[in-house]
Amino acid sequence: MENMVNIFLFGKKYTVPENLTIMRAMEYAGYQLVRGCGCRNGFCGACATIYRIKGDRELKVCLACQTKVENDMYVATLPFFPLVKQVYDMESIKPTEAVMMQLYPEIYACIGCNACTKSCTQGLNVMQYIAYAQRGEFEKCAEESFDCVMCGVCSSRCPAGISHPQVAMLARRLNGKYLAPECGHLKDRVQEIKDGTFNELLENLMQKPVAEMKELYNNREIEK
Amino acid sequence: MYSEAFKESLKAVEAAREANIAYEPARMTAKEKEDLLAAYHPDYKQDEFSILQIGPNKGEKVPKELAEMLQAHSRIAAGDVDLTTPDYDVDVLIIGGGGAGTSAAIEAHEAGANVMIVTKLRMGDANTMMAEGGIQAADKPNDSPAIHYLDAFGGGHFAAKPELLAKLVGDAPEAILWLNELGVEFDKAPDGTMITTHGGGTSRKRMHAAKDYSGAEIMRTLRDEVLNRGINVVDFTSAVELILDDKGNAAGAVLMNMETGDLLVAKAKTVIIATGGAGRMHYQGFPTSNHYGATADGLVLGYRAGAKLLYADTLQYHPTGAAYPEQIFGALVTEKVRSLGAKLVNRDGKVFMHPLETRDVSAASIIRECSDRGEGVDTGSGFGVWLDTPMIEKIGGEGTIEKRIPAMMRMFGKYGIDIRKEPILVYPTLHYQNGGLDIDVDGQTTNVKNLYVAGEAVGGIHGRNRLMGNSLLDIIVFGRNAGQHAAAKAKETEVGALTLAHIAAFDAEREAAGIETDAVSPKLLPDYRYNEAEQSKK
Ligand SMILES: Cc1cc2nc3c(=O)[nH]c(=O)nc-3n(C[C@H](O)[C@H](O)[C@H](O)COP(=O)(O)OP(=O)(O)OC[C@H]3O[C@@H](n4cnc5c(N)ncnc54)[C@H](O)[C@@H]3O)c2cc1C
Ligand code: SF4
Ligand code: SF4
Ligand code: FES
Repeated sequence: MENMVNIFLFGKKYTVPENLTIMRAMEYAGYQLVRGCGCRNGFCGACATIYRIKGDRELKVCLACQTKVENDMYVATLPFFPLVKQVYDMESIKPTEAVMMQLYPEIYACIGCNACTKSCTQGLNVMQYIAYAQRGEFEKCAEESFDCVMCGVCSSRCPAGISHPQVAMLARRLNGKYLAPECGHLKDRVQEIKDGTFNELLENLMQKPVAEMKELYNNREIEK
Repeated sequence: MYSEAFKESLKAVEAAREANIAYEPARMTAKEKEDLLAAYHPDYKQDEFSILQIGPNKGEKVPKELAEMLQAHSRIAAGDVDLTTPDYDVDVLIIGGGGAGTSAAIEAHEAGANVMIVTKLRMGDANTMMAEGGIQAADKPNDSPAIHYLDAFGGGHFAAKPELLAKLVGDAPEAILWLNELGVEFDKAPDGTMITTHGGGTSRKRMHAAKDYSGAEIMRTLRDEVLNRGINVVDFTSAVELILDDKGNAAGAVLMNMETGDLLVAKAKTVIIATGGAGRMHYQGFPTSNHYGATADGLVLGYRAGAKLLYADTLQYHPTGAAYPEQIFGALVTEKVRSLGAKLVNRDGKVFMHPLETRDVSAASIIRECSDRGEGVDTGSGFGVWLDTPMIEKIGGEGTIEKRIPAMMRMFGKYGIDIRKEPILVYPTLHYQNGGLDIDVDGQTTNVKNLYVAGEAVGGIHGRNRLMGNSLLDIIVFGRNAGQHAAAKAKETEVGALTLAHIAAFDAEREAAGIETDAVSPKLLPDYRYNEAEQSKK
């Protein structure tokens, strides 16, 4: 028999196997999840969860699909957090400091408490990426925030009411579109295709009998 | 941190590492591959399939679990909703808020259509979000769409529909450019050159990536763009039945609020099914890498309304699902781990295959190693083989893992396994639905008008197997394509009187065929409560 632990889901006690994640423990306890469960694998940020181990002062946050249960764990899920998402037209905005001032002015009210960083479920330096955003250093903000799953936990702890993942999202899009170096060979290839450079080659392949395609495939040269 | 039980095998792997790095295993011949697949690939296990007795693909075989859903009862009866007072009335209704659905929405919106997305969970709670490895496009000077075509056609066992595949490879560079211009951050060298790698079955390095969050980076950007455009997104709501009009054309869907169970009617001039894959059907009891809502709903919706399936009997089992620890059983270990140089090694430290064979061949080879050959490592809950990740640091230099596959490092790190220093255990996991609804090059189903399909719900783009990186590509290329065509078609469409008569017609067919079933479909979500057997699949 597996080792069991006691956990408290929204305050109610359940006994579950100790090797389960919080998400699977909830299901084991009988919950059919609809909210708070998306990818089940740490990518989507749907399963933000707050917990406290009995007797521990510290309140912890995590992703329920990525965290094992512990004995005497008090669990509350946070399947939705009201973030602020500003809308903008990617074609007309510019990657300047003024953009942040315009769209997310609250970031300048950061008091440097570091609660966001301490709570990040991905272990990111959130306060730092907000600082980069304040200074219009979007490339650095993009890099620092890249692994963000937009779970919103940091925002739930922020006394300044900042929607960190949305700020970072804007920074990454600005970086991807305007700041990262342009790719020459990509533009060239798109143009070649528009010019019909490969049409004949492709049409030729499309018409070949399978036997001939097999021959070509099995003897194709493979780049090292 | 591996327990004592693994020590001996780990030692063998470590001892052989230097030699294994230098060793270049031969690729299998065409004949060897054929024999291997026939003997070990799950698609070849005849008793795991059923023959469809009703519907457009009557007489063809599909996985048992899918057959049950395709031939099941509707969740509703025609009388449950009032079709004359629709809750939504739009030009283009998009079912599914993953990569294909959002790409379609952006293009349809761009074309001036009134668009609505309805999605089961939140927008972006989708397989697209989870793609790690990357996206293919032949944009390097030593590559061409024709070479890309050959790779994909061969990898798909020469079964792809040529006109669909030609569109996929021909529109690929443009798709990358489109994403880049939306702000997707691709891995680039300082001069802007794309950093590209191999994937299983590629003959050129054309895998573009955004670290190992490629899908997440694409998905979150598309989602942001949908929100910026003010497109109506109705989340936590599933389509449970298509609505046709009196001409037999698709004209909307009946929707169900996932939390309250309320039914709603959405009327539309054109409909796009973009519901993604089927991993949560757990075919043959396999674990899966897919998101929670991947239950083949689109296939069921389309089938009951008369649309044809293509290659619904072929699934992709990703060779490297996590086999250990149990908390991440079935989760994907991206192919990029092998692209970067890690090899597959058996219990005795022997490299037993070339690491970059196509996925079906790799999966079959691992299953053989763990079954008949008895060379698998016992994980306590099954078997697996080693994927020797420390090789990556030796080949690419220290720091390569952290820089190129941070998500993998994090996933195992949570359970005390440092993949820079220790290898990981893998076993095939149910990953991708190769087959789906049959479409023409405009994205419209071949036999229900005004019904479009995009993404993993489509069959035929790749044939009977799909190469890594071609799916993220297809959701963008065919998602955009479906959005454009559905918007154009909407302009010239006059919707007739709405009807759900196909439900009763399908019931009659079922009865006539003598099928007795209590099952209702689409499945919508798997049920992991209590049931011990299901628990083991996570
Ligand atoms: C772990 C993982 C890694 C992968 N890695 C790669 C990779 O590196 N490269 C690559 O090319 N491909 C990869 N793939 C495959 C690729 O990501 C998917 O095939 C692709 O993203 C599917 O996109 P989609 O839009 O068709 O479906 P999804 O992104 O799954 O979106 C479908 C959406 O429809 C919703 N939905 C389902 N049913 C209904 C309904 N009845 N009503 C309303 N909404 C519904 C779903 O909840 C979901 O939000 C990977 C897949 C997985 C799971
Ligand atoms: S930065 Fe905030 S939203 Fe992003 S992963 Fe960390 S806690 Fe979640
Ligand atoms: S929690 Fe808010 S106020 Fe505190 S450091 Fe982070 S951003 Fe600044
Ligand atoms: S369910 Fe997606 S991160 Fe947990």
